[in-house]
Amino acid sequence: MATIGAFTQRAAQLLVSVKFWRGTIAVVAFILVWEIASRTGLSQVPAPSGVVFTFNDLMRDPSYWFSWYLSVRRVFLGFLAAMLLGIPLGLGMAVSRTFSGIVFPVFEVLRPIPPLAWVPAAIIFWPTQELSIMFVTFLGAFYTVVINVIGGAQTIDVRYYQAARSMGSSGWDIFRRIILPATIPSIVVGATVGIGIAWAVVVAAEMISGGGSAGSMGGAKGGGLGFFIWNSYVGGSYTQIVVGMISIGIAGYISSALLRKLGELVTPWLRDQ
Amino acid sequence: MTLASTPTPSRGLGSVSTEHTGTARSAEIEVLDVSKSYGHAKFAKTVIRDCTFPILEGKLTVMIGPSGCGKSTLIRLLAGFERPTSGAITMRGKPVTEPGRDRLVLFQESALFPWMTTYDNIMFGPRARAEGGSEPGRRAEFLLDKVGLGAFRRKYPTQLSGGMQRRAELARAMINEPSVMILDEPFRGLDAMTRKLMQEYYANLYEETRRTTFFVTTDIDEAIFLADQILVMTNVPAKVRSVIDVNLPRPRRLEDVIENDDANLIKMRVLSLLHEEAMKSFARGSKAAADFIDAYSKRIRNPS
Repeated sequence: MATIGAFTQRAAQLLVSVKFWRGTIAVVAFILVWEIASRTGLSQVPAPSGVVFTFNDLMRDPSYWFSWYLSVRRVFLGFLAAMLLGIPLGLGMAVSRTFSGIVFPVFEVLRPIPPLAWVPAAIIFWPTQELSIMFVTFLGAFYTVVINVIGGAQTIDVRYYQAARSMGSSGWDIFRRIILPATIPSIVVGATVGIGIAWAVVVAAEMISGGGSAGSMGGAKGGGLGFFIWNSYVGGSYTQIVVGMISIGIAGYISSALLRKLGELVTPWLRDQ
Repeated sequence: MTLASTPTPSRGLGSVSTEHTGTARSAEIEVLDVSKSYGHAKFAKTVIRDCTFPILEGKLTVMIGPSGCGKSTLIRLLAGFERPTSGAITMRGKPVTEPGRDRLVLFQESALFPWMTTYDNIMFGPRARAEGGSEPGRRAEFLLDKVGLGAFRRKYPTQLSGGMQRRAELARAMINEPSVMILDEPFRGLDAMTRKLMQEYYANLYEETRRTTFFVTTDIDEAIFLADQILVMTNVPAKVRSVIDVNLPRPRRLEDVIENDDANLIKMRVLSLLHEEAMKSFARGSKAAADFIDAYSKRIRNPS
């Protein structure tokens, strides 16, 4: 009961705020201008009204949702691999000079190669197309995660080490209770940025690789959101292009929001009170 | 330009506060001819040179000196985070080479672990040494109440005020029962009111346990209020300029010390010493300034 009251109170506060109306009017105006421009032929971009209708149709089309599923899976699995591999690698490089001396040069030589440049090589190298695309999303997130982990671990205040050693901490204790927790905020940053890159990369990777082997199962609309956009362009359904773009935007937003929430859960000490 | 570096006997200060005349009090830590330089050969910067002094057992020794004179470096050497370039620091005869729980440091800025609650911070030492059982927990609870943070045991350091953070850090150190407490301008970042309160609070804490304490500050009032003995340092490279005993009665109360004549005499003495040292670093290389210091120091030594 209390929460419903609080909710309606917040909603009421929102409805009277100038900020809210400014923002809403701006968005509505933008959509109107777009609609008018499309109808009068000023712009070739499909009108919002058309987009809404197409969206409606697509919501009922299982192959559209299958595209969602494919893209999300490709991003998520690549991202997960990037975290599982990148965090230990980054920590290892920050903690051990020997390890860093061996791994970092190789890492730094490979890093400037854009993940998308890997797509043809990945297709040749990996047994399945799905794996190729996931490899590319992995790369997108991996470099960012590692760089952030190294940076976070290397900038830990020396006095924390001094205090811990004075009180009798062993090397392992310092790693577990000082280095690891102190690096978590940087890991969260690396993850948030990394998953954004993974999304950017998956769209293009899907366009290039033609939707992947699973794409043939979904048909023209079901090879992943990137493939969907490309195919819509090739097939001439321009409203679908816009729907695809908006879908990807929503997908990216949801992943970032989820990660942010996860990040907050994992760093309770950063909440301000 | 020569300035006498040995302390001249002070006159008219009575028996309550005297320049140090040497006693049979035992030293918990001995600093002997310690020097510390950074860098190599021509580019070496000597921060401490031939510094010698004892830290007396059961006493609160305050080191005061001009900014940048090497006090923080000395602290790092005492704590064992670094080793002297020459000379030796010994504790009860054994050389100090490593950090250890017998010498815990409270830094200028809070070194509480931000990702741990107050309770977990305090329990850090016992857990690091894998001390099992309920004893550490009980000690932690006791200390939490003692420093007045019982209600904040589950808060994070960022949720505590400056004074509270310092008290939490004191508790974190005390749970390990160190033989020596080393504090490096611990109240520096606090506002004036909190600072005064913390000074009195810490004096009481010390008086309860009489744990050997080495306290570094640049605040003369703070030094006189807390100290059993004051070490006045030269400017860099650091060396002990003067040792002043402070025999004010304990327990110390701020009101008593402010009004105390002997305390004020000590203050003037320390002030003039510090001023001299500070002026030296100010005037390094300038003959005119050096002459000025000469004349000035002569006036202080022979008040007409």
